[in-house]
Amino acid sequence: MDLIFTGCDNVLKIHNEKETMTAFLSGELDHHSCAVMRKAIDLKTEQERPQVLVLDFSGVQFMDSSGIGLVMGRYRQMSLLGGKLSVVNVPSHLEKIMRLSGLGTLGVMK
Amino acid sequence: MNIVNEMKLQFCAKSLNEGFARGAISAFLMHLDPTVSELAEIKTALSEAVTNAIIHGYKGEDGTVYIEARVTDKNKVILKIRDKGAGIENVEDAMEPLFTTGGSEQAGLGFTVMQSFMDKVSVRSQQGKGTVVTMEKSLVKRRKNEKP
Repeated sequence: MDLIFTGCDNVLKIHNEKETMTAFLSGELDHHSCAVMRKAIDLKTEQERPQVLVLDFSGVQFMDSSGIGLVMGRYRQMSLLGGKLSVVNVPSHLEKIMRLSGLGTLGVMK
Repeated sequence: MNIVNEMKLQFCAKSLNEGFARGAISAFLMHLDPTVSELAEIKTALSEAVTNAIIHGYKGEDGTVYIEARVTDKNKVILKIRDKGAGIENVEDAMEPLFTTGGSEQAGLGFTVMQSFMDKVSVRSQQGKGTVVTMEKSLVKRRKNEKP
């Protein structure tokens, strides 16, 4: 398990098992923290080349549309690498913004 | 409409201040006893406007972001987020869902989020001069002793 601190209360944990890499996002996802998380996730994805990248939102307390950009960008990246993206454990307080984003139509929400 | 409380804030257009702006507005509105979702929606809309000022207004260059927050006697919150940056070429286009000039990592949903989470959003912008986003949201007045 890799632990990456991406801001005062933002921690990104990345766990890689077989073909599946899981990124546990936590804290506040805004334009500032997403930039750091994106770099860390992309670097690890390039190294490990997983079949499936799972973004686990269970620890996310706040998110604006930068979080949507983070998901859309990783969806594109995984498609380019021939893999799949999955978004899991979205807390109820983020449902409205997730619904607005139209991410449901990509089939990544679990 | 009487203004019963007001604050002004200005800070460097740095992305690390996005969290500070959200924290400041939460603290300012605390006396209104907003519901969890009211506060989350205001914070999200503010975060979108501040992020726009930093990345689209100032394009990562030095600058200052100005926030004014007012509360009326009808429990309405009025937020004004202002920058003296590049301005928006076409406000109508910018407010279209998924429109972005910010590259593939931007969702193009900033204004959509502001409009969905607030009651009213208006944008005034002049190229080379800057942008002012004004947003309003009426909070539900709670009876005394009612739990959030």
